[in-house]
Amino acid sequence: MSALIALIQRDLRISWRLGGGGLLGVLFFLSVVVLMPFALGPDVPLLKRIGPAVLWLGAMLASLLTLDRLFTADQDDGSLDLLLMSPVPLELSCLAKGAAHWLATGLPLIVATPLLGVLLNLEPGTSMSVALTLLAGTPALTFTGMIGAALAVTMRRGGLLLAVLVLPLSIPVLIFGVAASNAAITEQGRFGAPFSILCALTLAGFIIGPLAAAASLRQGLD
Amino acid sequence: MFLARLANPSRFMAFTARVLPWLAIVTALLLALGLYQSWTAPDDYQQGATVKIMFIHVPNAWLSMFVWMVMSASALGTLVWKHPLADVAAKAAAPIGAAFTFLALATGSLWGRPMWGTYWQWDARLTSMLILFLMYLSLIALWRAVEDPTRAARAAAVLTLVGAINIPIIKFSVDWWNTLHQGESVFRMGGPTLDRAFLIPLFTMAMAFTLLFITLHLAAMRNEILRRRIRTLQMMQADGRAL
Amino acid sequence: MGLFGRDISCTRGGRAVFTGVSFDVAAGEALAITGANGAGKSSLLRILAGLLPLVGGRIDYEESAPELTLAEQAHYLGHRDPFKPALSARENLAFWQQYLGSPAMNIEQALMSVGLGAIGHLPAGFLSAGQKRRLSIARLIAVERPIWLLDEPATALDAAGQSAFIAIMQSHLDSGGLIAAATHVPLGIATRELRLGARA
Repeated sequence: MSALIALIQRDLRISWRLGGGGLLGVLFFLSVVVLMPFALGPDVPLLKRIGPAVLWLGAMLASLLTLDRLFTADQDDGSLDLLLMSPVPLELSCLAKGAAHWLATGLPLIVATPLLGVLLNLEPGTSMSVALTLLAGTPALTFTGMIGAALAVTMRRGGLLLAVLVLPLSIPVLIFGVAASNAAITEQGRFGAPFSILCALTLAGFIIGPLAAAASLRQGLD
Repeated sequence: MFLARLANPSRFMAFTARVLPWLAIVTALLLALGLYQSWTAPDDYQQGATVKIMFIHVPNAWLSMFVWMVMSASALGTLVWKHPLADVAAKAAAPIGAAFTFLALATGSLWGRPMWGTYWQWDARLTSMLILFLMYLSLIALWRAVEDPTRAARAAAVLTLVGAINIPIIKFSVDWWNTLHQGESVFRMGGPTLDRAFLIPLFTMAMAFTLLFITLHLAAMRNEILRRRIRTLQMMQADGRAL
Repeated sequence: MGLFGRDISCTRGGRAVFTGVSFDVAAGEALAITGANGAGKSSLLRILAGLLPLVGGRIDYEESAPELTLAEQAHYLGHRDPFKPALSARENLAFWQQYLGSPAMNIEQALMSVGLGAIGHLPAGFLSAGQKRRLSIARLIAVERPIWLLDEPATALDAAGQSAFIAIMQSHLDSGGLIAAATHVPLGIATRELRLGARA
């Protein structure tokens, strides 16, 4: 247990010291959100309607890009070899690394969401509900993304391959995240149903993500 | 030339150590004077007291662009004249410029709410200021991404000069595009349209914020020089050379 | 007592690197694995460390604790030194001690034993290759494990570092540990030899 905490602490410390933690992810999130009105035109009613979707897409892409280094950094310097030789099961180590990634990257995105909501002319209530769905859904993004990250590491191809592998897995999270946010605004739809499914996806991700990632890492060894 | 004499970091440190306390005092006094003048300025017949946000909003907006020009000059110093402290000046200015831009955006947003009914609008002036803010942040990210400061300096210098194109766009955006933001009232052909009662506090606050920038900038440059000295010492220690 | 390998074979990229390799190393003994480049020295060590799958043959460790795998009772010192440049030498070593378990001594002692006591606070990114190698060796003594699997351990070490390392290896053997090392050069301690690639 203390081994897992040590692993989380190490990853958080590295993330903090190299360029201020998840701030680069937040900057990317901000850039993506700013791009939308340029592409769509400054049509305020339109932006209000698609605001939750834009925020979710931005958070998803920012999360995806930071997943690239999740395992490659450890493989490059040989730490991955040693991670496999510990009494701690690899599955739990993957769980710990995912937790560290979410704390360093996902959490800042959630904190930035209300500010970005202002840029999209969203009501405060809307921004907060998007932030809440992101809180429930970004762990799912991290843990499903971890599977792609592990596969990309063992195949020694990063970047686009990772995106191609991970995006299909993240679609359910995106669907229910946006559905829950929209349901919270319109008050016609029910918030509870999509939100519960979102939480279920996250919980399932906690289990499936580390298991699949550990299996990929092991079978990809050479 | 004065700048050339200050190129030596030790001389720079000695000079700023003497000058900085006085600068800080003058800055504080000017800020106090400016705030007093803003407080006692008359209310606008349309907006009431909210017009006084202008005395913070406008100087911050001017300074956000001014700081980018300072960084551009430092960038030229790095690339063309190879002045030793140019990259230190550039790196130290970026966070301060970002803070001014953010304050301009935030105060503008707060001002916009009672005036236009919205916190944010995608018009030309606001958008180009937001892009300026993004450019500051990306510049800071670039500085932090490269571990060796001197290598980062050249990349950052290029990015700074390329970004300088945004400054004239911001300045003239309210003229070129039909925008929600009000047109030029101060720096325009034919003289300012603002009443003298507003111009005086505005200029006082502008001077005060400019001095604030200079004070903070020099202090930040001192910190950066110290940081680099520590890094060099650590590398020497790792090599086993005597401290 | 000790580590036995019987009839181990290794295939990399479809090509058979070696077949039918067998060896014995008893507790308190060291095995030097020699051979030309490409003979499979590193691969054999990685198979022992559990980092490459064992396809043919078997490996037994007689004093194995029943619930632990061989990898969990072995140290692996590979070509790379797994230290994060952003963390200090001390933080890196403390992490591995916490993660791998079985602390044998405190971090300061381990650092001093390899001559890094004065610079433990510096970021690992400032260390030279030789210093990083010494930090890896510090990991070997900071975490208690009976089997040491070493791949060209003395590269990047200067003469002083090498003699310190020989003393560390000897002390490990004296306390009942065993060592299997792939090496081009004499290790400086008494060893059995396993020559790979001797058969055509």
